[in-house]
Amino acid sequence: MLVNKKLILAHFWLAFAVFGIALTLGAWQMFIRSPIGTWLSNPELYYRSLTAHGTVMGYVFPTLVAMGFGYAISEAALQQRLVGVRWAWAGFWLIVAGSIMAVIPIALGRASVLYTFYPPLIGNVFYYLGVVLVVVGSWIWVALMSVNLRVWRKAHPGAPVPLAMFANVAGSYLWAWTAVGAALELLLQIIPVAAGLKNTIDAGLARVFFSWTLHAIVYFWLMPTYIAYYTIVPRAIGGRIYSDSMARISFILFLVVAMPIGMHHTFADPQVGAGFKFIHSAFTALVALPTLLTVFTICASVEIAARLRGGRGMFGWIRALPWDNPMMLALAFSFVMLGFGGAGGLINMSYQLDASIHNTQWITGHFHLIFGGAIVIMYFAIAFDLWPHLTGRELIDVRLIRTQLWLWFIGMIVTTFPWHWVGILGMPRRMAYFDFGDPAIAPQALSVTLSAIGGFILLASGIMFIVILARGMRAPQVDAGPYRFALAVHQPATVPVALNTHALWVALMIGLTLTNYGYPILNLALSSGTSVPAVYVGAQ
Amino acid sequence: MSTRDLFTFRNGHFRIGVGITAAILIVTAIVGFIVLPFAQPWVQFADVWDAICSAAGVPQRAASVTAPEQAKRLSEVVLTSNTLARPSQEAIGRGATLAQRCAICHGPTGVSRADSPNLAGQYAAVIYKQLHDFRSGARTNAVMSPFAVNLTDQEIADLSNYYAYLPRLPAYHPTPQLPKPNIVIYGAPMRGIAPCGACHGSLDNKTGSPWLEGQSEAYMKAQLHAFASGERRNDISQQMRNIARAMTPQDIDAAAAYYASQPPDVVKAVD
Ligand code: HEM
Ligand SMILES: [Cu+2]
Repeated sequence: MLVNKKLILAHFWLAFAVFGIALTLGAWQMFIRSPIGTWLSNPELYYRSLTAHGTVMGYVFPTLVAMGFGYAISEAALQQRLVGVRWAWAGFWLIVAGSIMAVIPIALGRASVLYTFYPPLIGNVFYYLGVVLVVVGSWIWVALMSVNLRVWRKAHPGAPVPLAMFANVAGSYLWAWTAVGAALELLLQIIPVAAGLKNTIDAGLARVFFSWTLHAIVYFWLMPTYIAYYTIVPRAIGGRIYSDSMARISFILFLVVAMPIGMHHTFADPQVGAGFKFIHSAFTALVALPTLLTVFTICASVEIAARLRGGRGMFGWIRALPWDNPMMLALAFSFVMLGFGGAGGLINMSYQLDASIHNTQWITGHFHLIFGGAIVIMYFAIAFDLWPHLTGRELIDVRLIRTQLWLWFIGMIVTTFPWHWVGILGMPRRMAYFDFGDPAIAPQALSVTLSAIGGFILLASGIMFIVILARGMRAPQVDAGPYRFALAVHQPATVPVALNTHALWVALMIGLTLTNYGYPILNLALSSGTSVPAVYVGAQ
Repeated sequence: MSTRDLFTFRNGHFRIGVGITAAILIVTAIVGFIVLPFAQPWVQFADVWDAICSAAGVPQRAASVTAPEQAKRLSEVVLTSNTLARPSQEAIGRGATLAQRCAICHGPTGVSRADSPNLAGQYAAVIYKQLHDFRSGARTNAVMSPFAVNLTDQEIADLSNYYAYLPRLPAYHPTPQLPKPNIVIYGAPMRGIAPCGACHGSLDNKTGSPWLEGQSEAYMKAQLHAFASGERRNDISQQMRNIARAMTPQDIDAAAAYYASQPPDVVKAVD
């Protein structure tokens, strides 16, 4: 039951529009710092673009997808009109306002601080205020998801919360809590300096606050993708979820262990004690668990679909899968990229190995593969799946959809594999210019050129994606029927209270944040003499 | 289904969830704070508590070593992008009076015809720092040092504000404008040289870095060679010495010739 289709469409369209712009900037960045582009003589332009690309891709785009998808899940899974539609629109407009407010100083070159903020570098205050508005807008969504679930529970006391909604709300709580780190950094540290009330900043503390956000935000980006794995893919390919409890446990594990591990982003920082780094590193290892559970469960679910379609044999069933179904294709591509990206992640999470790839192009290669690849390709799939239900029109050109997914997959591999490679060779990230004429790095020219070509393949695929959705708005009308989520092999009649509510797991998430972050934050906040003068963007 | 049934040890999920989490936390804490610190034979700890504090990152008082005597004085000036921001009209006026004694070399309008630096429109923080360094002896020059030694803090600030206030007149270096050489816009990445223009104008300006456009070619060359040889050493953290040492004589000539040929308005085009 999708009632507020306009609201959901608005979120998706805005998400994909800003995605298109940021994607173009990404391709340009790739090109301009590769040997095939001629250097534009002004690194500042590169960092403007990079700030816009990172801010949109990191904060605006995935948040809007999660919100739009979240509203759709709330209505379709709970079979209940969205409560608080006006608030939802308010959240949407806050994001619009925040994005505009942030983008203007970026475009003017007043906020080239990159999306990780990089204090003591300080940009124009409106950039940060814009980001805050985006986050506040998304918090409205968090509140609405919680309220809608509560309303539903009142009407269905004791009934199992549909898996999609259970996961969706888990994701929203994770986001609410993880965004607090960056919010504290912005409100207590950066904005006072940007507004001219102070002119020193504790950059070490700011980095610790940011690490609080930086890991779990990745799992927030991932949530829609995992929800699609569990609750859309099996239905779309004619199978069933292998285990409903396994799914719930995966989402619960994300809630608990995605948070207290962010200091793996500060391994190279001197202001954090080695003991805390170790704890965070150990917990980081645990976060592989829900992903392994998911890969297992989804493979089993897919096998069920194959066997229902007459697949036989130990591996023979793989041939029986509906490979012409875009959802099947997207899932397969996503898993391949998740596999490679996950393997790279093992290197990032280990203290010693990290040292060799820290701040190199490996890192950007890695997160583009996981985030831009494994995660975003499922965003595409979600949009394709929801579109007929939102527009009442059919997406006719399935071949075009398949081509688009293939291109994204190929483009991502061509872009990110050489990207990782030059990182291992030591090429630093966030550099506007490389002198490939120099014999020392001339051998890397080929790899970087390949990456740039991959970037253009991705751009082509992105444009196709938007064309497909736009054409879908004018296609012949169909009745797509009610929107359904996948059912489990054993659809639960009752679920233990711990697997049907979030309170216990939210409590553990907050508890672990206190144990793993409490002392380092207090220590830095209470030590004197840890601040440095702010460096203002564009100041003389 | 209430939280009373959830948050109790009678609930198996609660027992397992909290139990496993606490167990992992305790084990990792013991390993991280006790086992691993002691596993480093090259670090000595007084006792277990000492090891825990070290692993937790408790700030430790450094052993009291006195800094080695410096053969030459180093700059002690601290600059931020707020140094001397927003001067008053009176400060500028006082500076104008004081500046009369500088005019003989730096020109009555702050533009020199004697291969001394042009000061008109120079950033206040730059003049402020150099005057302080001349006064303290961190930078020395037979002509300039005697003028600086007797200046008060107030006078230095006023002079800096006055010169920063003066318009950037076209300098007396009538060479035709040269194209941007590589060293200015690209630097030399493989020798660790950032582009000159990233700090000194043409691309961007950074706090404490002087505006170079229209300065005397001879003066700039002399300063780069002085940095390279270590004769001049008042740059903070050797920022300029590290660069100048890595520059070839050709780089130095190209950069100096280029900046000398630039008209003043180019600077404003960037910011
Ligand atoms: C769907 C996809 C994408 C997402 C979510 C994404 C996200 C991001 C983020 C968060 C950053 C970090 C910004 C920073 O370091 O401050 C980044 C950097 C970058 N992205 Fe993307 N991006 C995507 C697609 C692309 C594509 C398709 C390209 C190329 C065609 C690209 C090229 C770049 C480049 C060149 C950088 C800068 C790396 C550096 O200099 O360190 N991105 N991206
Ligand atoms: Cu992380």
